Amino acid sequence: MSQTLAAAPAPPAGDERVARRSALSRLLARPELGALVGAIVIYVFFFIVAAPFRDAGSLSTILYQSSVYGIPAIAVAVLMIGGEFDLSAGVAVTSSALVASMFSYQFTANMWIGILVSLAVALGIGFVNGYLVVRTAIPSFLVTLGTFFMLRGLNLALTKQVTGNVATNDVSNIDGFDSAQNVFASQFTVGGVAIKVTLLWWVGFAIVATLILLRTHIGNWIFAVGGSAPSSRAVGVPVKRVKIGLFMGVSFLCWFTGMHTLFAFNTVQSGLGVGNEFIYIVAAVVGGCLLTGGYGSAIGAAIGAFIYGMAELGIVYAGWNPDWKYFFLGVLLLGAILLNTYIRRRAEASR
Amino acid sequence: MFRSRKRLLAVTMVVGLAVTAGCSESGGKKAEEDAAGGVGAGQANTERITVAMITHGAPGDTFWDIIQKGAKAAADKDNVDLKYSSDPSSGNQANLIQSAIDSKVDGIAVTLPDPPALIPAVKKAIAAGIPVVALNAGIGQFEQSGALSYFGSDESLAGEAGGTRASEGGYKHVLCVIQFQGQVQLEDRCNGVKKTFTGKWTKIYVNGSDRPSEQSTIAAKLKQDPSVDFVITLGAPDALAAMGAIKDSGSKAKLGTFDFNPQIPPKIQSGELQFAIDQQPFLQGYLSVDSLWLYKANGNIIGGGKPTLTGPFLVDNKNVDFVGKFAAGGTR
Repeated sequence: MSQTLAAAPAPPAGDERVARRSALSRLLARPELGALVGAIVIYVFFFIVAAPFRDAGSLSTILYQSSVYGIPAIAVAVLMIGGEFDLSAGVAVTSSALVASMFSYQFTANMWIGILVSLAVALGIGFVNGYLVVRTAIPSFLVTLGTFFMLRGLNLALTKQVTGNVATNDVSNIDGFDSAQNVFASQFTVGGVAIKVTLLWWVGFAIVATLILLRTHIGNWIFAVGGSAPSSRAVGVPVKRVKIGLFMGVSFLCWFTGMHTLFAFNTVQSGLGVGNEFIYIVAAVVGGCLLTGGYGSAIGAAIGAFIYGMAELGIVYAGWNPDWKYFFLGVLLLGAILLNTYIRRRAEASR
Repeated sequence: MFRSRKRLLAVTMVVGLAVTAGCSESGGKKAEEDAAGGVGAGQANTERITVAMITHGAPGDTFWDIIQKGAKAAADKDNVDLKYSSDPSSGNQANLIQSAIDSKVDGIAVTLPDPPALIPAVKKAIAAGIPVVALNAGIGQFEQSGALSYFGSDESLAGEAGGTRASEGGYKHVLCVIQFQGQVQLEDRCNGVKKTFTGKWTKIYVNGSDRPSEQSTIAAKLKQDPSVDFVITLGAPDALAAMGAIKDSGSKAKLGTFDFNPQIPPKIQSGELQFAIDQQPFLQGYLSVDSLWLYKANGNIIGGGKPTLTGPFLVDNKNVDFVGKFAAGGTR
């Protein structure tokens, strides 16, 4: 017996860097895990304190609001993983809606033409943002702060110039409005609950962004660029093209949200959207993105937007004193971020 | 972007073709053109004077745009060079008044949303020999500032008119929707509603710079408290969000609003909106400029030192056809 023991060769020690980790430990290491736990905690909390919150219709309202914040937030999160910010995202949503609406109205053109022109303009804005950032090497925080103010001014000045008013004209009787509304702003009923189509788009965009991040070369490039641009350039990553692409990704989803706003409300006021850029960044950060870049997740940003929407509306469902709304919102968001950080540290320590 | 000029040319042509092929049969600019109109009169032969109008309006807001249009109409008629500027923060607004004094304008029209911060600047202007009139905000303090006249609505009175109207409709629980937190005149409106409404009163704050969020917040409130049977919004664009919210939440609540824009009259005609309480911003802008001109040209003071009320003016299904015509032109 003792001989067999002695004869048994020691198994070769596996390299711990390439060892397969268990499914659980891989799950614990995901950036969005903390956000998921936070979302569950806040959901359970409001489920207990607010009776109307339990209704399926309420969940649908929350999901709608979350999706409208969440769609641009997904692209903003991917951009933040790539190490950049976009402060122009909030007003870019309004710019897209204004362009589509004014183009179709002024030229009495089919709505879809306006939509495509607006898409081209939006991608152009993203390209300019990205080009300025990679070309000047000025931090994107400053570049997009500049474009934020410029777009804000353009939104107002051009709308005033073109329509003579500060809001666009009603486009609901222009050809193509109905089909566009079906795509961007329709709703359907499941089991008696009305669901807005933005919810599907939100989930779809989150899945696509996640697949790009985790399953493609481009995804690897994005993480590398955000982690360290000089070293990724050294290993052959096309840093400039990746960054410009990321900014165009943000403007694409901003355009989408702008189209939703236009077709849900028929007119657009030129002053809308200011301040929303921070909600997108908050959603990305609550969802596990680091402000320094190189780390984060698209699904996490979607969950972050859900947390924001749930906190904002949960306060209303609970019927708390409206004067205190923003205070409570701040408390809930800070709590979610603390919980997220705590869980991530635990997960890293246990590895 | 494009590899060659040829390709660029091709793309341009395709887009151009698509535009021509994609013309809309209904709506759009074409439909608007035959409905064009406007306010205009001849021009005075008095010498050209400069009037500065300094407000606390946020840029890009429909309401302030109509005030400006009224001021412009009077300026064109009275041979006045109108300089409009605005800043929502009262410190900056005081600086704008100072710069109007420095540039030696012939008259100043100013809003007084924050009287303690603005009255010193107004007094300086008067000391420099520049006549001042107040508009839109500051009904209680304009006399103290030394301004000649005040043109505007009494926000509390407007709120009370809304409350009375909702009570007459037999509603039991009114929800007042405030689109920006911490603005005195918005709170005054809601408190006015509270004062005269006979049933229960609740208020809610929403994010006025994001329509979808505004809509879902109102829908959430209607769900949370199904006893709400009347909603009052404080701005015209907010009424459109509330309309969506009422639909979304399956609530039976009716809707009324403050202020006016081109989208409002059709909604009153269709019955989705019960009433709109207008304070006639066009008149506020128009009278401010016109009164300064009258003072300069003929020594008149409109209102004789007392406030001149431009509202509340209630628009409902009885008078909407008449007023709606002008709203479509963007001047009402």
